[in-house]
Amino acid sequence: MCLAVPMRIESIEGDSAVVDVAGTGRSVNIAFLDDARIGEYVLVHAGFAIKKIDEDEAMETARLLNEMAALAKGELIAES
Amino acid sequence: MKHITEYRDREKSAAIARAIADAAGATPMTIMEVCGTHTMAIAKFGLRGLLPKNINLISGPGCPVCVTPNEYLDHAIAIARRPSVITCTFGDMMKVPGSSTSLEGERAAGRDIRIVYSTLDALDIARKCPDKKIVFLGVGFETTAPTIAASILMAADENLRNYFVLSANKVVPPALAALLAMPAKIDGFILPGHVSAVIGSDSYRQLFGMHPVACAIAGFEPLDILDAIREIALQISSGNPRLHNSYRRAVTASGNAKAKAIMGTVFEPCDANWRGIGMIPDSGMNIRDAYSRFDAACAFDVEVEDTTQPEGCRCGDILTGRIRPADCALFGSSCTPASPVGACMVSGEGTCAAHYRYGI
Repeated sequence: MCLAVPMRIESIEGDSAVVDVAGTGRSVNIAFLDDARIGEYVLVHAGFAIKKIDEDEAMETARLLNEMAALAKGELIAES
Repeated sequence: MKHITEYRDREKSAAIARAIADAAGATPMTIMEVCGTHTMAIAKFGLRGLLPKNINLISGPGCPVCVTPNEYLDHAIAIARRPSVITCTFGDMMKVPGSSTSLEGERAAGRDIRIVYSTLDALDIARKCPDKKIVFLGVGFETTAPTIAASILMAADENLRNYFVLSANKVVPPALAALLAMPAKIDGFILPGHVSAVIGSDSYRQLFGMHPVACAIAGFEPLDILDAIREIALQISSGNPRLHNSYRRAVTASGNAKAKAIMGTVFEPCDANWRGIGMIPDSGMNIRDAYSRFDAACAFDVEVEDTTQPEGCRCGDILTGRIRPADCALFGSSCTPASPVGACMVSGEGTCAAHYRYGI
């Protein structure tokens, strides 16, 4: 039961936020978050935002994955 | 970034698969994942097929519905039969067989049992139906427990007299300790990403300080899981076990302090019975005395039928990774998603359900 989906905060009112998921807005409780901002992505589980997604870390992960893919491609080319 | 599609990429999957093969070398290794959402993701994305033959990837007791013992379900059903009770539950509890029936069976017999997505929905029903008693079945790990605790605090705030929770919430680290104490050798763990987002990676330090084992906290997209396996394989083959956070965009060392505080306000640790493992000390969550008026176990005095275990059911062995679904004589024959014998076949995150549906 770890299913939580990243959703983008579109608007905030008190402990509630409207998030976008595939073009649809839904209401989410953000009481667990310290400082939620419009435009940020949050992990939503059972109607609650349980964590903000760290954009910097996400970019770093993406960069590492790209690097790995490039290395593997280079190896494949070298092997063939 | 949308944080989903970036982690589903065939080229990158292939790249990481090569890196896994390099990292694992020829060392045979058994890696266990302990989260039902990982079980499903691995099956759905066909990730086993990308791994070298020397990696044995097994499922553990990570499905909270599956590890909830029959006694809980029998208790929930006894309460559901009470007049004026509306039982609210997450969907995958509906078909789980209790000793003689299921919630779905009870609903068919006329009891008011409703599937909800969130405790917030159950609270809403409580507000709209003041003459009914709303009982929420609190099943889940630390990802879900804060949402259940929050609902109790909201009910307290609003002075709702008709909202109750029957708690079967459990926590993961003690189960890891129990698995490490078992004779079957597990060389590495894929740790649950969203439980870890709540509790923080530091929550595993004490356990792994005592029992160093290769592990990585993993997200749920294919690249997340593959990268975590790569990290674990490297740790195993280099003899360098450590606690690695492979899900840095969601998991920090301390986790979510607010969510943890809310859990601690409402719940206290208790011993809990896990299907397939037995009693694990301090692995469950009891509603504290201060909130006992919301505890369905206190509010309803019911007679629960004697619990029986279904004959031939091997959910316990499945949940501890001792056997695979195909090793169970009932798998696919008398136990199918349409007519399940045990919880592992029916839960949305059950190992047998994953194997039945995706074949791998």
